[in-house]
Amino acid sequence: MNLKSQPTDGKFGIFGGKYVPETLMPVVDELEEKYNEIKENEEFNKKLSKLLQDYAGRSTPIYFAENLSKKYGGKIYFKREDLLHGGAHKINNSIGQALLAKSMGKKRIIAETGAGQHGVATAMACALLDLKCEIYMGSNDVERQSPNVFRMKLLGAEVHSVKSGSQTLKDAINEAIRDWVTNVESTYYLIGSVVGPHPYPMIVRDFQSVIGREIKEQFPKITSQQIPDVIIACVGGGSNAIGTFYPFLDDECKLVGVEAGGLGIDKGKHSSTLSAGSEGVLHGARSYLLQDKDGQIQETHSISAGLDYPGVGPEHSFLKSQDRVEYVSINDEEAVNAFVEMSKLEGIIPALETSHAIAEAIKRAQELGDKKSIVVTLSGRGDKDTPIIAKHLGNNL
Amino acid sequence: MRISEKFKEGKEQKRSLLIGFITAGDPSIEVTPKLAKALVEGGVDIIELGIPFSDPIADGPTIQSSSMRSLSNGTTTKDILDMSKKIVEELDVPVVLLTYYNTIMKMGIEEFLHEAEKAGISGIVSPDLPPEEGEEYVKLAKSKSINTIFLASPSTSDIRLDNIIDSTSGFLYMVSLFGVTGTRDLFTDYSSQAIKRIVERVNGRVPVAVGFGISKPEHVRNFTKLGVDGIIVGSAFIKIIENNLDNSDLMLEKLNKLAKELSHAANN
Repeated sequence: MNLKSQPTDGKFGIFGGKYVPETLMPVVDELEEKYNEIKENEEFNKKLSKLLQDYAGRSTPIYFAENLSKKYGGKIYFKREDLLHGGAHKINNSIGQALLAKSMGKKRIIAETGAGQHGVATAMACALLDLKCEIYMGSNDVERQSPNVFRMKLLGAEVHSVKSGSQTLKDAINEAIRDWVTNVESTYYLIGSVVGPHPYPMIVRDFQSVIGREIKEQFPKITSQQIPDVIIACVGGGSNAIGTFYPFLDDECKLVGVEAGGLGIDKGKHSSTLSAGSEGVLHGARSYLLQDKDGQIQETHSISAGLDYPGVGPEHSFLKSQDRVEYVSINDEEAVNAFVEMSKLEGIIPALETSHAIAEAIKRAQELGDKKSIVVTLSGRGDKDTPIIAKHLGNNL
Repeated sequence: MRISEKFKEGKEQKRSLLIGFITAGDPSIEVTPKLAKALVEGGVDIIELGIPFSDPIADGPTIQSSSMRSLSNGTTTKDILDMSKKIVEELDVPVVLLTYYNTIMKMGIEEFLHEAEKAGISGIVSPDLPPEEGEEYVKLAKSKSINTIFLASPSTSDIRLDNIIDSTSGFLYMVSLFGVTGTRDLFTDYSSQAIKRIVERVNGRVPVAVGFGISKPEHVRNFTKLGVDGIIVGSAFIKIIENNLDNSDLMLEKLNKLAKELSHAANN
């Protein structure tokens, strides 16, 4: 099967699709049509590139982490999405979709957010493009990512704290979908990850693929290799990972997606959907889910709000089924250690989400030895996480 | 009893049918058949039993809370199917299941339909399954004589509607408005226009039942006048359950009373 030609008919193999209430079917059909039209539009692409360059700060550097490499072996490189405006890769997608929404004549944008990074990126794009912005965020996440809540408000967005269910990302998505069904004619739902009904997983992937395309261009210029041996990214919904992997799907390199192991898969408190889940339908798509024997969605746990989600993008489920990407799990403790190690050795405070990928890179570097190159997508910076880390470490740095 | 016979009966009696929704397992799996009985004795023609789901995206706060009450009792799909059988045997009305699609997928389409058939279920509504994703489900349900009830909305175009009708049996579930379930005080003219358009386009190919927001006799009267064949009421009944959790006699009495008022209004 040609991996890059997916989705076909809205599906990645058997995954994806449009499992939404009838009210939304005409809307996702229209979105699909408009997107397919506009992605070939020269003027749209020019506008997008210009904003990504001048406003968001693309291209981002790729950086050789010498200290980390020296200590653990391997040659570890970081794709610095943390340097983007807003501090994470999320802006790549938010700007793209906000432009798309505007071209569709929508004036009101809604979005969900977990860690708050997508909420911040969307609030920025809406401020810039003069769109009304409302963000749904689980009340647990509002509490643990409070710096981002304040940022969203400063940027002019209204933040709705969602108190239903587990009060995290899953519930924020539920509530955003309910808003969307209600205000379907005026409102554009700006999904922040490669999840949701078709065409969202494809749209978000396309906008995030700039990450992988740049790596492909930059990597040969700073090394003697054309393609890295290993590429690693963290996976919650999976947008930075798909954006990183997609341009490399046909290349000979190992791709590794890192999910949140929380307190451990064996303890049942984790967010490792691909490692420990089963197939189902949630939030408009068929994919892997964490669910019980009756199909009730299970509560997840991760120290990082951005990975704390019981589903995963359908394309990841597909790539797992094709054995193209290896999905592994890193627990809270390992992620926190990587967070601290990265800060001390490289002078970069990474997001807790990203710290899962860094922990995996450190493991692999030790196994692979000095000759092998590893590229990690540094999906976001960790300022937002300093209160959590301080609490976790008892403020004992 | 088959859904089509019931609609035929309604037509002969020149009234729209009253379809009553309750969540299975709220307040408990033992009480659900009693609630169904109170509704049917009040004039409800078809019982729609909701299988609770952890993430009910098409539902407003009332049914969300009801689902959570049921799930926190530990209600399982198997409990519900076993209990449905009792309702089917005891009450001479069609019983329809409302379930989010993940519940069906998790059990497996074929097995779910098999178990539903054993329980005597007449039809299934799945609010997050459009016909485009339901080809296999429709085929298998047909072979088991279980009706596949799909939904239409004010945003459904005429062409989409024709495709939906092709996959629909039993009745078409017309969503009255843009939004989630939950009682509304007033309906806008937009709802009436949309219902009129859909009823005209359907033109008798399948019965049309309208749901979402309906809670008062005047709503029932107004929609019945527009020519719909059935009226679906859920949240209004569930509010009664929610407000009388500590007094089941009063709960049953009030459900029965509201059913009577609504079914009276459905007699055009």
